[in-house]
Amino acid sequence: MSGHSTYNPSNGFTRWLDSRLPIVRLAHDTAVSYPVPKNLNYWWTFGGILTFILVAQIVTGVVLAMHYVPTTALAFASVESIMRDVNYGWMLRYAHANGASMFFVAVYIHMFRGLYYGSYKAPREVLWILGCLIYLLMMATAFFGYVLPWGQMSFWGATVITNLFGAIPFVGPSIATWLWGGFSIGDPTINRFFSLHYLFPFLIFGVVILHIWALHVTGQNNPAGVEVKNKDQDTVPFTPYATVKDAFGLSVFLIMFAYFVFFTPNALGDVENYTVANPLKTPLHIVPEWYLLPFYAILRAVPSKIGGVVLMFGAIAVLFVLPWLDTSKVRSARFRPLFKQFFWLFLVVCLALGWCGGQMPDNVLFSVGGIDIIVTHLARLLTFYYFFHFLVLFPLLGLIERPKPLPESIAASVLGGKTAAAKA
Amino acid sequence: MKMIQKLSIAAAAVATVALVIGFVPVKQALASEHEAELEKIDWSFNGPFGTFDRSQLRRGYKVYKEVCATCHSMHYVSFRNLAEKGGPEFTEAQMKAIAAEYKVQDGPDQSGDMFERPAEGKDKFLSPYANDEAAAATLGAVPPDLSLIAKAREGGPDYIHALLNGYKDAPADVTVPAGGHYNPVFTAGSGVIAMPPPLVEGQVDYDDGTPNTVEQMSKDVSAFLMWTAEPKLEARHRIGFQVMVYLIVLAGILFFATRKVWADQH
Repeated sequence: MSGHSTYNPSNGFTRWLDSRLPIVRLAHDTAVSYPVPKNLNYWWTFGGILTFILVAQIVTGVVLAMHYVPTTALAFASVESIMRDVNYGWMLRYAHANGASMFFVAVYIHMFRGLYYGSYKAPREVLWILGCLIYLLMMATAFFGYVLPWGQMSFWGATVITNLFGAIPFVGPSIATWLWGGFSIGDPTINRFFSLHYLFPFLIFGVVILHIWALHVTGQNNPAGVEVKNKDQDTVPFTPYATVKDAFGLSVFLIMFAYFVFFTPNALGDVENYTVANPLKTPLHIVPEWYLLPFYAILRAVPSKIGGVVLMFGAIAVLFVLPWLDTSKVRSARFRPLFKQFFWLFLVVCLALGWCGGQMPDNVLFSVGGIDIIVTHLARLLTFYYFFHFLVLFPLLGLIERPKPLPESIAASVLGGKTAAAKA
Repeated sequence: MKMIQKLSIAAAAVATVALVIGFVPVKQALASEHEAELEKIDWSFNGPFGTFDRSQLRRGYKVYKEVCATCHSMHYVSFRNLAEKGGPEFTEAQMKAIAAEYKVQDGPDQSGDMFERPAEGKDKFLSPYANDEAAAATLGAVPPDLSLIAKAREGGPDYIHALLNGYKDAPADVTVPAGGHYNPVFTAGSGVIAMPPPLVEGQVDYDDGTPNTVEQMSKDVSAFLMWTAEPKLEARHRIGFQVMVYLIVLAGILFFATRKVWADQH
């Protein structure tokens, strides 16, 4: 896809450098001449947005780490000192905390875009798996980060999650002790979580480089889901076409981001986390941050603890094998009438799972003939569909569905839309 | 083809809306069960351009100091904060005079002894009890630290205002244990709170002639507690506005740049 490099060193120095370390050539091939399908829509700007947020999180995080103290006695106070005494500390912290939420907003859009347009299919399986790995690392990083302010929800969230490992048969309790660095969550725990919270973003950064590398080998998928056939007709150079479009998409995203940071910075957080951690006082309702709620709902939907843990991790693990579960050769949902209906249903199910994760499990939804239907019942139904969608519908739909005719090429799909619009 | 696509999107939208509507009554039922409806106050600091009312913060400080501070600590606020921009903005001299009313322990001095000195701007607000255990021993329960209370409770300043005005005679079906008080706003304790009604009519003498009703004092102290929880609120709103203007202009420029660059492709 990348094809031959079109980079031409223009002066003596770049020629000299190019024959020793072709780094300018790499940058040119990656960000200037890289051919981009000309029919990409704005759902394709989220890769750039995610890269920006990753860098923003690292920059704000590095500065916050200069002021933060990872001990149970001082963590909460040091965060308050950042908010009150550090110059623009409030802005750094609010940008970092809301940045985590924005990161997940963007990654969910990015992933659902991949699901809709079949971006996980051959030859992009490795690209997709690397993306799933990034998502997994992001969840771990977010979890570690949420513990650091040492508020009530930090502490109790960490308690719930680390106790999950205690559910593993035989070795569970030993693993929990090993994770905590003691017999309960304490100073060793917060110190290692801080260390890992600092390390993981750089692991993510590394996998992002692999992700982009894999992307540039196969080339981007596109809304038509057909491969590039003629580079001149089907693609445009990354710069200026994709650069300016990504920049516009990013600027719109940043408006929403800034609105949260400056005008409603605590809307996505939990009020409990403004009370310092107290191991003797369990909050009425322990909930993770919004972006982990669907998995929390799956965890609680299963009556057995170890079963819940298995399904929760299974819900993420199943994403890794999607390329081999989907039997359809057609990528884009545009040409898959059945798949498209189920895609939207799946989106609604994920949102509903998130809603369930935020509710008390035994809240009554409605009563039928004297039987109370509670949140857990709904969560079980939704959990069933989550796995049914991937494990049954994905292989099945490809076999029974009659896809619509695909456009001959990307150029034809762009022009086809144009002539249709002109006729109408 | 376009028709089917539109239909399926419409179907999904209808499904989502139905789901949301289906859940709304549940959520409302839960809300009314767990929390009393809080009165929404039109605070001066509400909205993207909100700022604190300096006189209100000063009155609120007086209520805090004379009433709340007899039991509650405030660990994260220093005397110097009282003179900083965006807060009550006492003058430097007023702030120093306020601090000097308190004695703090310092030391050790050169002979190794601890000594007492008047508090200064750098010192944190003093706690009424030496530690949580002492507070619990005297009061029966540890009163929460008030520094962040406006961010640590659902509803924030509206909640504090409602709580301070929420004391009522207990209905027949609620038994209030000895040392407890009935206050339906305090849902965390199912309507029973250890704190006795803290404010009575005319309790705090205001210097600026504002009537010292319970309603007024509760509003003033709620605003003050919002400031202690979010002392950089005004800077946040000011910078936020500048950032928004910048980003909207930038997005506008990039919108037209994108249109121009892509013009030859459409």
